Amino acid sequence: MTDRPVIAIGLGALVFAALAFVPYMVDGYGMSLAIAIANYTILATAWALFSGPTRYISLATVAFFGVGAYTVAVLGEVLPWPVVMLVAAINGCLLALLVGLSTLRLAGIYFVIFTFGLTELIRQVVTWYEVKVTSTVGRYVFLDIDQQAIYWQLLGVAALLFLSGYLIGRSRLGFALRVIGGDEMVARHVGIDTTRAKLLLFVLSALFMTLTGAIMAPRWTYIDPAIAFNPQVSFQTVIMALLGGVQRLWGPLLGVIPLTLLFDWLNAHFPNHYLLILGIVFMLIVYLLPQGVAGALARLRGLRSRKERASAAMKEARQ
Amino acid sequence: MRQMLRKHLGSMICAASLAAFSLSAAYAQDAVRIGYAVSKTGANAGGATTTTIPNYELWVKEINDAGGLKVGDRQMTIEVVEYDDRSSSEEAVRSVERLATQDKVDFILTPWGTANNLAVGPIFDKYGYPQIAGTSVTDMAPKLAARWPNSYWLLGTGGSYAEGLVDLLVKLREEGRIGDSVAMASIADGFGIELAKAGRTALQGHDFKLVYDKTYPLGTQDLAPIVNEVKALNPDVFIAFSYPPDTLGLTDQARVLNFNPKLFYTGVATAFPLYKDKFGAAAEGVVSLGGIDPNDEKVRAYIARHKEVVGKEPDRWASFMTYAGLQALQQAIEKAGTLDKEKVNEVLRTGTFDTVLGQISFDNKSRQVPNIFTVGQWQDGEFVGLEPADHPGAGKLVFPKPAWPAQ
Amino acid sequence: MLTNAILSGLTMGGTYALVAMGLTLQYGVSRIMNLAYGEFVIAACFAALVLFASAGISPLVALLVVAPAGFLLSWAIYRLLLMPLVRRAPSRGALEVDSILATFGMLFIVQGIMLALFGGDYSSYSYYNTPVDLFGTTIAANRLIVLAVALAVALAAWAFLMHTRSGTAMRAVAVDPVAAGLVAIDVRRVAAAAFALGGAIAATGGVLISMFLTFNANIGVVFTMKALIVVIMGGVGNVVGALVAGLILGLAESFVATFVDPGLTIAVTYAIFLAVLIVRPQGLFGARAR
Repeated sequence: MTDRPVIAIGLGALVFAALAFVPYMVDGYGMSLAIAIANYTILATAWALFSGPTRYISLATVAFFGVGAYTVAVLGEVLPWPVVMLVAAINGCLLALLVGLSTLRLAGIYFVIFTFGLTELIRQVVTWYEVKVTSTVGRYVFLDIDQQAIYWQLLGVAALLFLSGYLIGRSRLGFALRVIGGDEMVARHVGIDTTRAKLLLFVLSALFMTLTGAIMAPRWTYIDPAIAFNPQVSFQTVIMALLGGVQRLWGPLLGVIPLTLLFDWLNAHFPNHYLLILGIVFMLIVYLLPQGVAGALARLRGLRSRKERASAAMKEARQ
Repeated sequence: MRQMLRKHLGSMICAASLAAFSLSAAYAQDAVRIGYAVSKTGANAGGATTTTIPNYELWVKEINDAGGLKVGDRQMTIEVVEYDDRSSSEEAVRSVERLATQDKVDFILTPWGTANNLAVGPIFDKYGYPQIAGTSVTDMAPKLAARWPNSYWLLGTGGSYAEGLVDLLVKLREEGRIGDSVAMASIADGFGIELAKAGRTALQGHDFKLVYDKTYPLGTQDLAPIVNEVKALNPDVFIAFSYPPDTLGLTDQARVLNFNPKLFYTGVATAFPLYKDKFGAAAEGVVSLGGIDPNDEKVRAYIARHKEVVGKEPDRWASFMTYAGLQALQQAIEKAGTLDKEKVNEVLRTGTFDTVLGQISFDNKSRQVPNIFTVGQWQDGEFVGLEPADHPGAGKLVFPKPAWPAQ
Repeated sequence: MLTNAILSGLTMGGTYALVAMGLTLQYGVSRIMNLAYGEFVIAACFAALVLFASAGISPLVALLVVAPAGFLLSWAIYRLLLMPLVRRAPSRGALEVDSILATFGMLFIVQGIMLALFGGDYSSYSYYNTPVDLFGTTIAANRLIVLAVALAVALAAWAFLMHTRSGTAMRAVAVDPVAAGLVAIDVRRVAAAAFALGGAIAATGGVLISMFLTFNANIGVVFTMKALIVVIMGGVGNVVGALVAGLILGLAESFVATFVDPGLTIAVTYAIFLAVLIVRPQGLFGARAR
C-alpha cells in the first residue's frame, strides 16, 4: 500500500509530460482551446480545493485572478517575468489572508454574496485609483509571450496544483477540512483549529488563481478593471466545478472540459441563439445529472465505488 | 452503327461540355469567405448591435445582391462565418484564432470596441489579416499602427475629439459668446478617461476654468447628484464624456432640472437614432462626437440603404467609419484582383478609396483617416458635423443651445 | 444641496428596495436562489416598452397587466421547473446548489429569448419625466412614483406577512419548512405563492424602472446583483430589511456623489455592505443562524 502515492504521482507526471507536447500537434485554434481548458481547470480545481471540503461557495475567484492580471499590467514591462510572477503571488496571498480573516464569521449565502461584493469593491477601488492617480483606465500590455508559452506556464501551474491537492487530500489538513465540511461544531470539539485550516487552504487556492490571472494577462494586450475583474469568470468557475463535482480532486475537470467544448460548439453553430440553447442544455444537465458528472460516474460504477468509499472513510477514521 | 456512334459521341461531347460548363460555373461562383466575431451578447452588445453588426450585414447583402466581389476576372459572392465573442477578450481571441486557422477565412472583420480590437490585434498580425477597426478610440493608435503594420484605426484618437471640441470653445470665447467656466463629467472607463485627460489638458492650455471635473463609475444609475451640482455652478459649457445609458440619463436629468447651459455636450449614443427618437425636439442643439454632412449625396444614400436593409438608421458617428472601412476593404480586394492578403494589404496601405467618408487613404504613419468630423450637433433632426470647420460640408454651430421644450 | 441629496438618494434607494423585495421573498421563503431574477425585471421593462410604444399604454396602467403576468409566470416556473428540484433535494445545501445551477440556465434562456425578440440594442423612452418641485428642489415625477410604490409594496407585504393567516404561514415556512409542514401548512403551495409574489414584485419594479433607465437585453444581471446585495444586507426573507437596506444604499450613493466624489459611489455601496456583514453576519434584520 505504501507505493500507491508513488504510482499516482508518477502517473500524473506522465500525463502532464504528454500534455506538454500538445502545442506540436494542434493549430492556433486548438492551442487557444487548450489554453481555455487549462485556464478553467486551474480556476475550478483551485476553487474546489477550498470550497469542496468546506462547502463555502466563493465568488472571489476573479478578485485573485484580476490581481494577478493587474500586477502584470503594472509591472510586466518593468521587471523580469519571474519577479513579476512572484510579486503577483505575494499580492494574491496577502489579499486572500485579508479576505479570509474578514469572512470567517459568515456562513452560507452571506459568505457567497460577501465574496462577490468584495470583488466588486476591489474593482471599484482599482478603477478609482487609476482615474485619480495614473489618470488612465485601461493598461496596455505589450509583452511578446506567445500562445505556447502561456500554455506551458498554465500546464506547470496545473501540475503543481494537482500535486498539492493530492498531497493535501492525504494529509492531516485534508482530513481536518473534511470534518469541518461535515460539521464545523464537531470539528472544533475534536480539537481542530478550524480557522487556521480554512485560512491556509483559502490562501493556497487563491495563490493558484492569482498565478493564472498573471499568466493569462499578456494574451489580451489591453487590461482594464472591467476585463480583469469580470464577475463572469467567478460564476463560470463555480458552475464548472459544481457541475463536474467538487468532492474529488479531478471532479472539476469533468465539468471544465465538456462545458468549454460545449460553449465553443454552440457558439460555432448557433452564434445567434447561443444563449437560448445554452440555457436549455444547462437545465437539462441539471435535471439529468443531479450529482454532477463525477457523481454520475460514481453511480455508474455503483457498488464497487461505494465499497471503496466506505473503506476510505474507515481508513480516515482510523488516522 | 456509325451513325449511332456519332450520335453517342455527340451526346457524350455534349455532356462533357455541359460538365465543363457547370465546373467553370462552380469555379466562378466560388465564394469569398469572410469571418467576424462580434459581441452579440454581454456588456458590449448594445454598442455592437447599434454600430457594427448592421453595417456588416448591409455590406455583405449589398455585395451579394450585386453579384459578388470582383476578384480578378471572377465574380465571387461572400460567405459569412460569424461568432459571438460574448463581450469577453478571451472569447474574442479564441474566435479569431478559429476563423484564421480552422475556418481559414479569406478576410476577418474587426470586433466592436477598443478592448477587443486590442486583444485580437496580435492574431490579425500573426496571420497577416488587415485589421480595419471602426469602433476603437485609442490614443495608442499611432503606436499600434507601428506595432501591427496592417492595422487601421478609423475612429482616431481620444485626443482628436477633445481637441476638436476645445477648438470650438476657443472660437466661441474669442467671439465673446461664452466665458471661461466649463464643467466636465466623464465615465471612469478607457474612453471617458482618455477624452477627459486630453480635454483637461487642452482646456487648461487655453486658460479655461474647470469648475467641475469629476468621473463616475460604469453602471452609475443615479445621475441627479451630478447634474444638480453642476447646475448650481452655472457654467457656460457642460461636457460629459459618457456612455449610452448615462448619456440618456444625463440628458433626462438636465431636462427635469431645467439645466440649459449655452453648450451642452454628451458622449456616446448622442449620435444614435435612439437619442433622436427618445428626445425628439429636445435633442435640438445638443453637441457630441461625430457628425455628418447631410447634403452629401453619398451620405444620404448610405442612410437610406441602411434603413431599407437593416430596418433602422445608422448612428451618425462610428457607423460611418465602420462602413467606410468595409468599402475600403472591398475596393482594395478588387483593385488587388486577388485574395492574397499581402497584396490586399499593399493596396490598403497605398491606395485611395471612395467611401461614405469621401476619398480616404491610409497613406500615413498612424493609419488613421484624416479629417473625420470630431464634433457634431443635432440640428433640425439631423446630426451635423461641425469640426474641423475646414472639412468640406461642415455646418455652423447653433448657439446658444435652445431651451428644453416643455414636457 | 442637502435636500437634493436626500431626495435623490431616497428615490434611487426606493428603486433598489423595490427590486430587492421580490428576491427576498423568493429566497427567504421559497429557498430558491434565483439568479435569473434580473432577467425577469428586464423582461417587464420590455413589456412596458412594447405596450407603451405600440398602444400608447401608460406604464402605470401596464402594471395592472404586467404584474399579474409576472405572478402567473413565476408560479408556473416554480411548479414546473423548480418543484422537481425541491422534491429531490436531500438538504438545504443541495437545493441551493441545484437552484443556482437551474436558474443560471434560466437566466440564459430568458436573456436568449429577449435577444431574439428585441436584439441587443439599447432601449429607452421617457414617461413622467416631468419636474416636480418639492421642499425647494426639483425631482422627476417618475422617480417619486417609484419611491411611493416601493413604500406601498413594503407596507402591503409587511401587513400581509404579519397580519394574515397566509402571511403567517409564509413566515413559518421561511423559518422552518419541516416544522411548518408538521403544523398542517401546505409548504409547497406556500413556497410557490411566495415565489410568484416575488415574480410580481420583480415585474412591478421592471415596469417602473423602464420609465427612466436605459436598458437592453443584457443588463439583467446588474439588477440581480444589486438586489442580492440589498437582500443579504437587510437579512434574508425580511421585506422591511430590504426596504431599509435599499434606502441606506441609495442615500449613501447620493451623499457620496454630492459631497465626496461621484467616482466612489459604487465603491461605497459595497464598502457599506461589507461593513454591515462584518459587524452583523446575518444582515441588519436577519435572525441569527442556528
